[in-house]
Amino acid sequence: MPASIQLICRLSLLLLLAIPIAAQAQSDDLFVERLELLTANNFKQKEQAVAGLLNLRHPNTKAVLQALLDGRLYYERASKRVVIRAAEDAFSVADAVTLTPIPDASEDAFSRITTNNQLRKNLRGAIAAFELDSPDARVRLTAVREMLRSLDEDTVALLRERVEQERDDEVRAAMTSGIALFDLDNEDAGVRLAAVERLRGSLNSDVYNRLRALIERDDDGNPVEPDPEVRAVAIDVVNGIETRRAFYGSLETLFFGLSLGSVLVLAAIGLAITFGVMGVINMAHGELIMLGAYTTYVMQLLLPDHIGAAVLLAIPAAFIVSGATGVLIERGIVRFLYGRPLETLLATFGVSLVLQQLVRDIFTANNRPVETPAWMAGSLQINEVFSITLNRAYVVIFTLLVFGLLLALLSKTTLGLKVRAVAQNRNMARAMGVRTEWVDAMTFGLGAGIAGVAGVALSQLTNVGPNLGQQYIIDSFMVVVFGGVGNLWGTLIGGMSLGVVNKLLEPYAGAVLAKIFVLVALILFIQRRPRGLFPQKGRAAEA
Amino acid sequence: MHLQPLLDVLRRERGTQVFFVLLLIVAVGVPLLHAALPASSPLHISTYTMTLIGKYLTYALLAISVDLVWGYCGILSLGHAAFFALGGYAMGMYLMRQIGPRGVYGHPILPDFMVFLNWKELPWFWYGFDMFWFAALMVVLVPGLLAFVFGWFAFRSRVTGVYLSIITQALTFALMLAFFRNDMGFGGNNGLTDFKEILGFDINASGTRIGLFIASAVFLALGYLACRYITSSRAGRVVQAVRDAESRTRFLGYRVESYKLWVWVFSAVLAGIAGALYVPQVGIINPSEFQPINSIEVVIWVAVGGRGTLYGAVAGAVLVNYAKTYFTAALPEYWLYALGTLFVLVTLFLPRGVVGLVDQARDALAKRRASTPALPTADSTLSSAQRSP
Amino acid sequence: MNVAAIARNGWERIVGPRHRSDRRPSADVSHGTILYLEDLTVTFDGFRALNALTLYVDVGELRCIIGPNGAGKTTMMDVITGKTRPDSGSAWFGQNIDLLTLTEPEIAQAGIGRKFQKPTVLEQHTVFENLELAVAGNRSIVHTLFKPLTAEQRTRIDEVLTAIGLADQRHVRAGTLSHGQKQWLEIGMLLMQDPQLLLVDEPVAGMTPQEVERTAELLLSLEGKHSVVVVEHDMDFVRSIAKRVTVLHEGSVLAEGTIDEVQANPKVQEVYLGV
Repeated sequence: MPASIQLICRLSLLLLLAIPIAAQAQSDDLFVERLELLTANNFKQKEQAVAGLLNLRHPNTKAVLQALLDGRLYYERASKRVVIRAAEDAFSVADAVTLTPIPDASEDAFSRITTNNQLRKNLRGAIAAFELDSPDARVRLTAVREMLRSLDEDTVALLRERVEQERDDEVRAAMTSGIALFDLDNEDAGVRLAAVERLRGSLNSDVYNRLRALIERDDDGNPVEPDPEVRAVAIDVVNGIETRRAFYGSLETLFFGLSLGSVLVLAAIGLAITFGVMGVINMAHGELIMLGAYTTYVMQLLLPDHIGAAVLLAIPAAFIVSGATGVLIERGIVRFLYGRPLETLLATFGVSLVLQQLVRDIFTANNRPVETPAWMAGSLQINEVFSITLNRAYVVIFTLLVFGLLLALLSKTTLGLKVRAVAQNRNMARAMGVRTEWVDAMTFGLGAGIAGVAGVALSQLTNVGPNLGQQYIIDSFMVVVFGGVGNLWGTLIGGMSLGVVNKLLEPYAGAVLAKIFVLVALILFIQRRPRGLFPQKGRAAEA
Repeated sequence: MHLQPLLDVLRRERGTQVFFVLLLIVAVGVPLLHAALPASSPLHISTYTMTLIGKYLTYALLAISVDLVWGYCGILSLGHAAFFALGGYAMGMYLMRQIGPRGVYGHPILPDFMVFLNWKELPWFWYGFDMFWFAALMVVLVPGLLAFVFGWFAFRSRVTGVYLSIITQALTFALMLAFFRNDMGFGGNNGLTDFKEILGFDINASGTRIGLFIASAVFLALGYLACRYITSSRAGRVVQAVRDAESRTRFLGYRVESYKLWVWVFSAVLAGIAGALYVPQVGIINPSEFQPINSIEVVIWVAVGGRGTLYGAVAGAVLVNYAKTYFTAALPEYWLYALGTLFVLVTLFLPRGVVGLVDQARDALAKRRASTPALPTADSTLSSAQRSP
Repeated sequence: MNVAAIARNGWERIVGPRHRSDRRPSADVSHGTILYLEDLTVTFDGFRALNALTLYVDVGELRCIIGPNGAGKTTMMDVITGKTRPDSGSAWFGQNIDLLTLTEPEIAQAGIGRKFQKPTVLEQHTVFENLELAVAGNRSIVHTLFKPLTAEQRTRIDEVLTAIGLADQRHVRAGTLSHGQKQWLEIGMLLMQDPQLLLVDEPVAGMTPQEVERTAELLLSLEGKHSVVVVEHDMDFVRSIAKRVTVLHEGSVLAEGTIDEVQANPKVQEVYLGV
C-alpha cells in the first residue's frame, strides 16, 4: 500500500510540474547546487543545505526533504547526483531534479544521505511549514498539528507569522494553542499566564496533557509551575477542559449507545409485531434478519457497479424476501399452533435451523463481504474528541424512519386497524367481517419483512454469515420483553436504553461482561416489573 | 417417605416397566458383550460404542430432568444445558486436578491452560477440586444453587410461559459468553480436556469405561425413580395442577412459587449429575455446551419421546441422538435439515410424541380385538390424557 | 427495610414462614363480623371497577350480592382473594388479618375459599385428586412430598364426594364431567378447604332446575358454620337462599336489605329496569 500511495503522490506531483516546467529551468541549476551540499559529510553543512533549499522554494523541495526525512534520499557516489528512492523494498530511484526514473540503477553505486536527530527535527518543521501554504485548510491543519509535536523557536516564529493571515478558524485555533503551548515554557510568568488563558477550553489532548503536567508536583514535591497565580488559573483551566472532555465523551458514549440501541430496535421491532401484537413466538426471526442481510449481498452481486443503489434496492427486496418467507411460515406452521406458544416456539426454532443450513448450503458457511457505499463510509468530525461515524448515524436515522412508518401503518391504515382489532378480540373481529386468517398472514409477513429490512441495515455494520440471526434473537426478545409486550413505543425506548446502558458499562466491564451484566439486570428487572416498562393495563391483561 | 404411590406406579405403568427392563438389559448386556467377547466376535461391543451408549444414558438423565419441569410443571426450560454443563465443569475441574504434574508443561499444580496464560497461582475457586468428594458435592451444589437463585427471582415475580423460556435461554447464553473468556479461569475456548485419571483409575482403560457406563445406568435408574416418586406423590399432583391452572392452585392455598422452585432446583441437580457423568466419558467439556441450541435440542428429545411420561423422554433422547450419530456420520450436511424438520413435524403432528403414538396403536389394537370399546384403565387414562402446555 | 429483612421476607414467600403450623392464626371474629371492606377503590385504565366500596359480612351469614354487569362483583372477589390490589381502602378478615398484605395462597390458607364464575376444576386430575388437592391441611412441599393423606382426610373426602353426589365418579377425570358436576366439584373443593369464609361466584349458572335446587340446599346447609358470600344473577335462586342481599352498582353499594326490600327500592328498579 505505501508504495502505491507514494506512486500516486509522485504522479500527481509530476502532473503539477508539467506546465511551468520551462520557468523552472533556471532555478533548477541553483537547486542542483544546493542538493550537492547535502552530500557533505557533515551535519552542519547539511543543515545549511536544507535552509538553502527552503529559501529556494523549488517545486521539488518538499519531495526531497520528505525523502531525506524518510531516509530515501541517496546520491550517486561518482557524480554526486542526488536521487530519490521510491520505496523501501526494491531499489528503484528517480532523479531529484527531474523526477525521471533512472533505469538499471545499482544499489552499490549509491549512498544514503544520513540525518541526525537535530536535522530530522528541522526537517519535520520545515515540511510542515511547506504545507502551511496549501490552499486546502485540512492540509494546513494537519501541518500545524505536526508542528505542535516539535515546537522550537523557528516553528513558533513561523506560526506567529502565519496566524495573522490564517482565515480558517480551526487552523487558527490550532496555531494559537501551539504558540500558547510554547509560551508555557517562557520565563516570564505573565506570558505563561496569558498562554494558559489562551488554552482555556481547548480539546486537544496534547494541550490537556501539558496543562495537567503543569499543575502536578515534580519528584521533589515542588510544583511544576512555580508561580501560584499561573498555577491557580491552570487548575481552573484544566477543570474546565476536563468538564468539556467529559461532556463530549459522554456524548460519544450516548451516540454509540443509540447506534447499538437502534440496531436492537430494528432487530426487535418485527418481533414486537409478531410477538407483541399476535402473541406468536417466532424463533426464526433472527434468520429472517439474516435473509435480509444476504439479500443485500445478492443485490450487490447483481449490481456490482452500483453499490449504493444496490443497498437502497435491497431494502424493498429484503422486505419482500423475508416477508414472503414469513407468510410461508405462518401459513405452513404457525397457524396450526395458535394458542400454544411453547409449541410455536419449538416449531419456529426448527424453521430457523433449516434456514441456517439452507444459507450455509447456498452461500457457504463463510462470511460474505457486503460493501459499504461511499456516502455511508467515513465519519463526521465534530471536534477533536467527538466524531460520528456515518454508517451508524444512517442506521439511527433509518431505524427512526422505519419506526415512524410502522407506527403510521398500524394507526392510520385499514390493515393497521384490522391488525389491532384481531389482536384485541379475535372472535369479535371475525364477527365484524374481518378475515382474521388473512390479517394473521399479513401481520406475520409485516413483522418478517421488517426483520428483512433490519438485515439490510445490519449488513452495513456486521459480518454477514449464517449465524447473524442467532446473535440478535436473544437481544431482540429482551428488548421486547423489557419494553413491554404489545407496545411499539416500549420497544423503541427499551431498545435504545438497553443500547445506551450497554455502552455505558463497556468501559468499566468490557464488552462481554457488559452484555452479561445487562442480561442479569434484565432478569432482575423482569422480576420487578414482569410486564415490562410499558405494560398493557386493564382487566384483559389481568387474566 | 411415602413409597406406596411409587410402588403402585411401578406395578401398573407399562412404560416404566419397559424402561426398567430395557435399562437392566443394557446395563448388564453392554459391558458383558464388551468385556467377555473377543474383539473378533461379531457380537463384541467396542469401547467406542459402549462410550456412545453411555453418553446416551447421560442424555436420557438430562431429558428426564427437562421432562420433570416441562412435562409435569409446565416450565419450558431453554437453558437446561447450562446446568448440565456446570455439572460437567465441576467434574472436569476434578479431572484436571487429577492430571497433576503429567500435563504438557509439567507444572505440579496448575493445569496446562493456566501455565499457558502465565498464571502463577491456582484461582481460589479451583481449591478443593483435587478431592473427589468435594467435586461431587459441587456437581450437585453449583447447578442447584444457580437454579435456586434464578428460580427464586423468576418464579417469585411470576414470570411464566414464553417469558420464562426466553429468560432461561438468556441465562445459558450469558454463561456461554462468560465461559468463553480466558480470564474466567475455566480454560476459555478450549475448555477442560486431556484427562488422565478418575479416582486413581486410568480414564481410558476399558475397566474404567465399564465403571462409568454402569454408573450412568445406575444414576439414570435412580433419577427416574426419584422423578417418579415426586410425580406420583401429592406434591406431584400439586405440580401438575400448577402446570394446568397456576392461579387456581394458588387459590387452593398452595405456594405455587415454592413448588416450582424446588422442582426446578431438583431438575437442575439431575441435569448437573448427568453432565458430571458425561464429561469423563467424552473426555472434554467446553463452553459450546452452553449453546442455546443444546438446551433446545434436549426439549425436542422430550417432545419426540412424549412429554409428561418420563419414559418418553428417555426414548426420545436415545432415538434423536441415535439419529444424530447416524446422520452426522453418513450425511452430515443433512443433519440440521432433519433436526429442523423434526421440530416442526413433532409439534404439528405428534403432540404426545412416540409414546403417544404407541398408546394410540395399542388402543386401536385393543379396540379391534374386543370389538366393544375397552374400559379405560387407570393406566391408559393417565398416559392418554391430552397434556396441554 | 434492611437487607436482612428483605431476604427473610423473600425467603418466607418462597419457602414458607419459619413457624410451620398447619394454619395461620384464624380470623378473630369476636365482634361478630368476619369481613370488613372499607373504601375500596380499584381503577383499570381510568375505569373505576370499585368506587369507595364499603361492605361488612357477619359471622355465619349467607350474603347474596347482585348487580348488573360491570358493577364490580368479580373485582371485589379479586381484591378479597389477593388477585387484585386496590388503589386505596382496606380489607380485613376478622379484626386481625389485613388481607391487603397477604398473597393468594396465604389468604386461602387463612381461611377464605373461592369458587370462580367459570367452573375451574383441574381437568387433568380425577375427581378424587381435585378434592385431595383442596383438602385442609399443611400445604408445604415437604409435607405433600413425604406424607400420605391421614385417615381423617380420606374420610372427609369420602363425605364430600357423597355430599356433592360424585362418589361414583371419584376416579373419572374432572375434564369429562358435565357442567353442573364441575360446579359441584368446585363447591366440593371449597368444602374440603373448610374455610371460614366462602366466596361463591355464580354457582348455578348453566344448571338444570334440579341441580339448582340441590345447590341451594348445599349452600343453606353451610349457613351458621361458615360465612358465605354468593354472587348471583338468578333472582329466583337468590330469593330461595338469601336473608340479606347487597346490590352493587358502578363499584359501590346501592342498597342492602332483605330481598323484598331491595326489590322495592326505586333506585334498584331504575338500575335494573331503567337506563
